[in-house]
Amino acid sequence: MEFIKQPMKLVFLWAEGWFDRFFGPKWNPFYCLGALGYYYFWIVGISGIYIYIFFDTGVPQAYESTEYITHDQWYLAGIMRSIHRYASDAMVVMVLMHFCREFAFDRYRGGRWFSWVTGVSTLWLVFSAGITGYWLVWDKLAQYIAIASMEWLDWLPIFGEPIARNFMAPTHFDGRFFTLLVFMHIAIPLILLFIMWFHLQRINYAKVNPARGLAIGTLLMLLAISLLKPAVSHEMANLSEVPGELNLDWFYLWAYPMIEHLGPGFMWGFAGLGTVLLALIPWLPPKKRPPPAVVNLDNCNGCTRCVTDCPFRAVNMRARTDGGPFKEEAVVDPALCVSCGICVGACPTAMPFRRAGALVPGIDLPDFSVEQLRDQVNAVAQSLQGDDRIITFGCNHGCDPTRLGVKNLGFVALRCSGMLPPSFIDYTLSKGLADGVVITGCREGECHHRLGNVWVDGRMARERDPRLRRRVPEARVLKVWAAPTDRRNLLAEINAFQAGLPDLPDDDSSKRLVGIETDKMAAPEKTEPAA
Amino acid sequence: MMKPSQYLGQFIVYTLFAAVIGYFATAPSYTHFDQSKAMIKMSFAHGGKPITECRKRSRAELKALAANMRTASVCPRQRVSLHVRLTLDGKVIADASLPPTGLRGDGPSKTYQKYTVPVGDHTLIAELRDTRRTEGFDHRSVKKITLTPGQSLSIDFKPAQGGFIYE
Repeated sequence: MEFIKQPMKLVFLWAEGWFDRFFGPKWNPFYCLGALGYYYFWIVGISGIYIYIFFDTGVPQAYESTEYITHDQWYLAGIMRSIHRYASDAMVVMVLMHFCREFAFDRYRGGRWFSWVTGVSTLWLVFSAGITGYWLVWDKLAQYIAIASMEWLDWLPIFGEPIARNFMAPTHFDGRFFTLLVFMHIAIPLILLFIMWFHLQRINYAKVNPARGLAIGTLLMLLAISLLKPAVSHEMANLSEVPGELNLDWFYLWAYPMIEHLGPGFMWGFAGLGTVLLALIPWLPPKKRPPPAVVNLDNCNGCTRCVTDCPFRAVNMRARTDGGPFKEEAVVDPALCVSCGICVGACPTAMPFRRAGALVPGIDLPDFSVEQLRDQVNAVAQSLQGDDRIITFGCNHGCDPTRLGVKNLGFVALRCSGMLPPSFIDYTLSKGLADGVVITGCREGECHHRLGNVWVDGRMARERDPRLRRRVPEARVLKVWAAPTDRRNLLAEINAFQAGLPDLPDDDSSKRLVGIETDKMAAPEKTEPAA
Repeated sequence: MMKPSQYLGQFIVYTLFAAVIGYFATAPSYTHFDQSKAMIKMSFAHGGKPITECRKRSRAELKALAANMRTASVCPRQRVSLHVRLTLDGKVIADASLPPTGLRGDGPSKTYQKYTVPVGDHTLIAELRDTRRTEGFDHRSVKKITLTPGQSLSIDFKPAQGGFIYE
């Protein structure tokens, strides 16, 4: 699937780069597609409640009340109807883009399967909710999709009589049908809301609201489009006539021409197989599932920082099982762990200064331990010479600094930038392993593992535990968030940083520090990432 | 603080998004049915006669059964397939055998078919066979119809209401 994913990823990165220029990382819609989906859902809900006040059930009443909403009370109910429609359309766009983006960035494997599979189930509900809404209007379009839907369902050999018979002639059709439709149009979105809630159950600090500026902007956009092109109905449905030309809402009704031209069997195959394949994607090869993090009770003091920082709720606390002097211990749920290493970066015992015995922190990745990380730093440092040596710590998903052609630059690749304990920066500089340290990773506002760069920002700013020690000279540390397509920017930043390194004073105390150090083990802060 | 160029960029993005939403919410239009034609829909669910006659049980057979199972006759569950034919102006537009539904073939036969036909005056003959006979039909209806552009004529079959029903 890489041949599909890579081009998609490049398109997203390119577009997101442009959007970053206009919106900035906090307002960039690409970084909150799911939150925008939620936002549109609420707009659809609120506008729907308002227009429901004026909606009447019954064969002529449904159409007539919708006409009243659209024309007689155009200034409020009419606008609400338009917002209801366009926000629904925008929601479909957001949901589909969210899917494509998570797929392109490979964010559905391991513990993330749960969000992916629940997300797949929302597709049926989103479309069902929208389609039942179009029925309610009972215009020619409603007639078309009602009959086509019934014919599609009739393909299944489960009905005693063809249910499309209900729409054969005006006398076959009962106005009470709208009561059922209204129920469905309310019940399906409620089920959808429940699944949307379920969708986030394995996500820590889920972003369900877009930034305020983006929310205002998008609402104004919906209002503008509602005024410029109000939603209107077709002629009233008449079962004695066949609908001719129709203005389909292609966001919701794209499947109907397919049913008509390719047959209901094809569409069932397409929808059914498509759903199954989509749901199975997390388990399709190539399987990339490194071993989950492990807790080393000898070094776990139950500080809860790993629990606080885990983006996937994979680490929890439980009562101590080893008789240690602490009340609780961390425990990793292997089913939820994506092996990002953010918990390692949060662990106060992940101290590279430690020399006595093996370097085993309270929580560690079995296949990429903190000790291995320290060995890598030491090895990389040996290949550097001069007074402008740089060691770059970067995640596998950001821009690769080794491809920049910068001399005297060593690179230590991490699963996520959040995996780096801040003490490693201190270690690198105080041991004289490099003259400068660069931290890089996914773009600001988005992280492959959701929160890595957010936590790094907090740790570097000394606002979040474990904090970067104050003795670390800030002038020797550069932080650049850069995606694979941001090479030029990263190169310029590193070049400027490296050029300034020889001119920095060499008298800072950190350069002389040696020996075993321990960070203060303060209680972690329960701060949430910036929206 | 945002620069004016950023506001302009956002405005362009919102405008483009609104244009996409606004356009594809109703366009391009789709022609479902050629309005110079008309449509005949035929749909019904009707059970044919049992596939064989009921048979009377002999005394010996009845004696061999448990007391609560001693019904005088045995009727087969399976029904015959229906045969339906629709002829418009002498031209057969539908001629189908409709098997009974159900795992044991004891359910009603059902059909739902649509036929696009020219508008104007026509003679429509609807015929249905629902017994064990192999030739001819048990129900026949001849009707003069006038179809207008875009009209949908439905044909149902309800023996209790006289057979074929046109709406």
